[in-house]
Amino acid sequence: METQYAYLLNLICFVPLVGALFIVFFLDKENSRAIKMTATVVAGLDFVLSLPLWFLYKTDGAEFQFVTKLDWIPSVGVQYFFGVDGFSVLLILLTTLLGLIAVYSSFTAIAHREKEYYVFLLLLQVGMLGVFCSLDFILFYVFWEVMLVPMYFLIGVWGGPRKLYAAIKFFLFTLVGSVLMLIGILALYFYNSDGMAAIGLPGLGNAPTFSIPSLYEIAPQVPPELQFWIFLAFFVGFAIKVPMFPFHTWLPDAHVEAPTAGSVILAGVLLKMGTYGFIRLSLPLLPDATIKAVGWIGWLSIVAIIYGALVAMAQKDMKKLVAYSSVSHMGFITLGMFALNEAGLRGSILQMLNHGISTGALFLLVGLIYERRHNRMISEYGGIAKVMPIYAMFFLVITLSSIGLPTLNGFIGEFLILIGAFAHKWWWALFATSGIVLGAGYMLWMYQRVFFGELSNEKNKGLKDLNLREQWTIIPLIILAFWIGLYPKPFLDRMAPTVDRVMERVATARPEAALPMVVHVSAVDQHEEHDEAATEHGE
Amino acid sequence: MSFYDLIWLVPLFPLAGALINGLVTHQLGLKKSVANIVALIGSGLALIWGWAAVLQWYFTEDHTVSYVVKVFSWISGGDLPLLSGGTAPLEVAASYQVDPTSAVMVCFVTLVGFLIHLYSVGYMHSESDKAYSRYFSYLNLFMFAMLTLVLGSNLLVLFVGWEGVGLCSYLLIGFYYEKEWCASAGMKAFIVNRIGDFGFLLAIFFTFGWFGTLEFSELFAVLSQHHGDALVGAATIIGVLLFIGAIGKSAQIPLFVWLPDAMAGPTPVSALIHAATMVTAGVYMVARCNFFYQLSPNAMLVVAVIGGVTAIFAATIGLTQNDIKKVLAYSTVSQLGYMFLAAGVGAYIAAIFHVVTHAFFKACLFLGSGSVIHACGGEQDMRKMGGLKKYMPKTYWTFLIATIAIAGIPPLAGFVSKDAILAKAFEAGYTDLNGFGGAYYGLWILGLCGAALTAFYMFRLVFMTFDGAFRGGEEAEHHLHESPWTMTLPLQVLAFGSVIGGLLIGFPGILFHKENWNFIEGFMGPMILGAHGHGAAHAGGHAVSFGLEWALVGLSVTVAAAGILVAYRWYKTDPEFSIPNAMAERFPFAYKLLLNKYWVDELYDATIIRGTIGLARFCWEFDARVVDGVVNGTRHVTVGTSFLSGIFDLKVIDGIVNLIGTINQTASRYFRRLQVGFTQGYAMVMVFGAALLLAVFFISF
Repeated sequence: METQYAYLLNLICFVPLVGALFIVFFLDKENSRAIKMTATVVAGLDFVLSLPLWFLYKTDGAEFQFVTKLDWIPSVGVQYFFGVDGFSVLLILLTTLLGLIAVYSSFTAIAHREKEYYVFLLLLQVGMLGVFCSLDFILFYVFWEVMLVPMYFLIGVWGGPRKLYAAIKFFLFTLVGSVLMLIGILALYFYNSDGMAAIGLPGLGNAPTFSIPSLYEIAPQVPPELQFWIFLAFFVGFAIKVPMFPFHTWLPDAHVEAPTAGSVILAGVLLKMGTYGFIRLSLPLLPDATIKAVGWIGWLSIVAIIYGALVAMAQKDMKKLVAYSSVSHMGFITLGMFALNEAGLRGSILQMLNHGISTGALFLLVGLIYERRHNRMISEYGGIAKVMPIYAMFFLVITLSSIGLPTLNGFIGEFLILIGAFAHKWWWALFATSGIVLGAGYMLWMYQRVFFGELSNEKNKGLKDLNLREQWTIIPLIILAFWIGLYPKPFLDRMAPTVDRVMERVATARPEAALPMVVHVSAVDQHEEHDEAATEHGE
Repeated sequence: MSFYDLIWLVPLFPLAGALINGLVTHQLGLKKSVANIVALIGSGLALIWGWAAVLQWYFTEDHTVSYVVKVFSWISGGDLPLLSGGTAPLEVAASYQVDPTSAVMVCFVTLVGFLIHLYSVGYMHSESDKAYSRYFSYLNLFMFAMLTLVLGSNLLVLFVGWEGVGLCSYLLIGFYYEKEWCASAGMKAFIVNRIGDFGFLLAIFFTFGWFGTLEFSELFAVLSQHHGDALVGAATIIGVLLFIGAIGKSAQIPLFVWLPDAMAGPTPVSALIHAATMVTAGVYMVARCNFFYQLSPNAMLVVAVIGGVTAIFAATIGLTQNDIKKVLAYSTVSQLGYMFLAAGVGAYIAAIFHVVTHAFFKACLFLGSGSVIHACGGEQDMRKMGGLKKYMPKTYWTFLIATIAIAGIPPLAGFVSKDAILAKAFEAGYTDLNGFGGAYYGLWILGLCGAALTAFYMFRLVFMTFDGAFRGGEEAEHHLHESPWTMTLPLQVLAFGSVIGGLLIGFPGILFHKENWNFIEGFMGPMILGAHGHGAAHAGGHAVSFGLEWALVGLSVTVAAAGILVAYRWYKTDPEFSIPNAMAERFPFAYKLLLNKYWVDELYDATIIRGTIGLARFCWEFDARVVDGVVNGTRHVTVGTSFLSGIFDLKVIDGIVNLIGTINQTASRYFRRLQVGFTQGYAMVMVFGAALLLAVFFISF
């Protein structure tokens, strides 16, 4: 473990908290300018602070770097344990960038209770960053729950007409998931230490700890039956967050009602919590259960891809369409990771970033037009490319990124996921690829109905194109989309060590649950043949 | 450093032009002259550098192998398990290659591309500054994508170009986006192509799954090493899947429906993208991946059948269309069919040869039709044209030359390449290729019939448009004029190419015992995998006797002449068109069938499109009512339960609590009397109590 520059993580995680407290105690609620300025400066500072992680993280270094490890509740082995690997570095950067954009994009969208709004936005960021930094299960759980509260209020106070319904639905859904996750955590904890006689759970007798890296060590010893139950508890928690079919119905409601910045953060980062949890916890901690679950999670993902795309196609509300497209896109991410090979996992992680960029930008864009017309119905628009050419151009680029056009980010992620899925079971790729056709269908159909044709609606004739501030909420995301699409190597390199370690840990599964990909003895001959062929055509 | 070491600059020049025009000229609203200069320099540099690189490579390097230039490492996906049981690292580079196939493509794409840029300067001059720079930005972007497509050294870089040209096609078909139907046509093109891409992507996965690489030269090496039938199944699957992609891009049955609608774009775009270059990408891809098809007789047969049937099918539709661009569009579909027929009989070189000659004469025809439409003030209906030859002689003569070329009259380019295809198809039947000789004979006959139809509908077009008297009304007649030089010069160059291009690059030496005069056969020969993996491809072949070869030439010239003659009788000598009109009345069903393009669009609309939307609506209802219904149901049950338990709590639990309280209170009201503070009273109670306890004690023992 590397402890160099450890202060960075603590700063990144808690700067927004300090900012939020500053706004609470020192700024008058009438002073909207100062509140916005402070929030922007804090979010900006946080983003700047997170940039060094990109450069300082060493791909050939220790698994977890920038580590801080302090005792918190020593009697039960709870620690204040921060540390990141390449995977979390990428997600932290995504979070701080989207956090800044969320603040910056809210200036005109939010007009009442501004003080509380920005405080909640910053607190939300603390929770999200904490989840990505935590390497102690209890700390992880605390941040996991901390995220929930500000989001609940963001939807419930600044949301649309059905905000209360949506907020409560969001809260209860995720709460059910996180409680089950806690039970899973405790089961693992007790199994590692003294067990729980009351329920007949034996223990390994180790010193009690919630440290995730320590629990990685004992993962291969956990009996498959116990793994199964813990996996199931984790699965419900994470699947709700992702959300996977059929746990997804909170998502469209939450998105439609949430204010724009809320949707951006929700789609961009909060949904990644589930997939982060799978890769950080389920796969390496529960290898046997993971391998047994591959089949049905693969099918659930494929259903999500196709079903989400079809439901998106039927939507009349732009925001709801984007929300359902998220279900489809997140299906790709879970499919890729449960292909359990390097390409699939890399694609899956990359697609988490891509989805944050593209769908985040789509929600921003829908929010921009909503601010102007207070209407999100596709049928209200048509031909607005004429009055808003810059907006139309941005929307087109993001649409293309979302449907996976090569040279843009979405393609790289989808390609890696699909080729990974193919390597696992070729028919996975067969079904999932059809999602790409449907994706082009619903996105371009929406684009055509909104932007092309005659400008027939009187109310749209006076629409103003994006101003400079609005443009700058989108431009960074467009630059990133092209960067990842054209030269994804820096991103893939940073996640590679994580992927390799996850693969190694999954490979510790007991042989009876062996993966089709693990080279079995009978395949060795063919393997050698292939090597020969490789040398031949090399000559 | 040499030109060909920097081959990647060829696509990069137009990309730079696209970016400058899109981000600077367009955003600042600069004048048209700026957009002109930028766009022409972008495509002009691609032309110069492309030709220079190819020529330098040809004279300095071994031109029987691919010269691969790796630009940077693009996607790395770690080790992947293969279908064969081993693993291979997924490393895809952004790399370009120069080899005979890409050299041929680069030379003609840059040339035709530059000419059409030049033509567009004249054609688009009446657009606003903003639209003008947008147009040229897209056009340059297209050049980038197309050059990436033909220069890419692996399937994935090819796919980048493949999707890129699709995007530009989408943007340019929908260039007049205010018009609903233009925008719809663009979307239709994109989505139909995506269906094809589905096959293409799966083919990429299967290719990597079996061979562990996506590089063409490595695949060629692996497949040429193979012996026996081990890889035939793999080659068949990959070949058919790739061909699904080609069907979409090159508008073959059943995915051809987007191309006629694509005529909604500006006419130079139709010429460049939807005739000369992009739509031939499918043919290029099949020729590039010939190593799969060569191993798989079944995949070859699929390609040949789809191609041959499309050739005649589209030609029949072309017979009755009255929109000048629609005739040309169906003609393009039909000619693409010929190219696939060639590929399907193993004559990949003939297919590429026809791609090149077709690029010249079809671009010339489209640009000529653009010149006509331009003169007629946007009118595209041939029934409102006529007699134009005296108003626009340059357009007329170039158009006529290109028409003679496509009709297949020797020695023009179209004759040479089309006759090569028909001869190969016949040969495939004659030698019973892969045991499918009968099928190939049938396809040869279809191709021959198609040739007659082509000659007929093309001369019908010429006679209706340029001969007789003008039918568009007097006012329109005043506006008729020859186009400016920027438009006629490209026409002249292309017409020139249509005359000599065929003999120049593909001299039919076999007819004169001069096989080595056929440049393209010798040049591209090493790129074709010998059938069944043994040795190099036999370039000429002497399966068919010398006399028979000449007989075939005579036959195809005869059918072409017959087609022209009928067109002459029906549309030239009779200005009322009474014979075709009588035919239409006599066979109303056949006429309507062709006029309405076999109702294929309507069929797709009723089945696939409505089906998908219906399924989408059903899923949405299901989601709202069932999936979310369960969630809300849980909520109602929970709320209901808590309401009931609230009542229970209030009435029962609280009731019991209260009851106990009440009992206590009532009881204490009586017991209170006992406790009044008299010591004697307490003493007495104590005594009685003690006595009672003693009594109980004694009685029980």
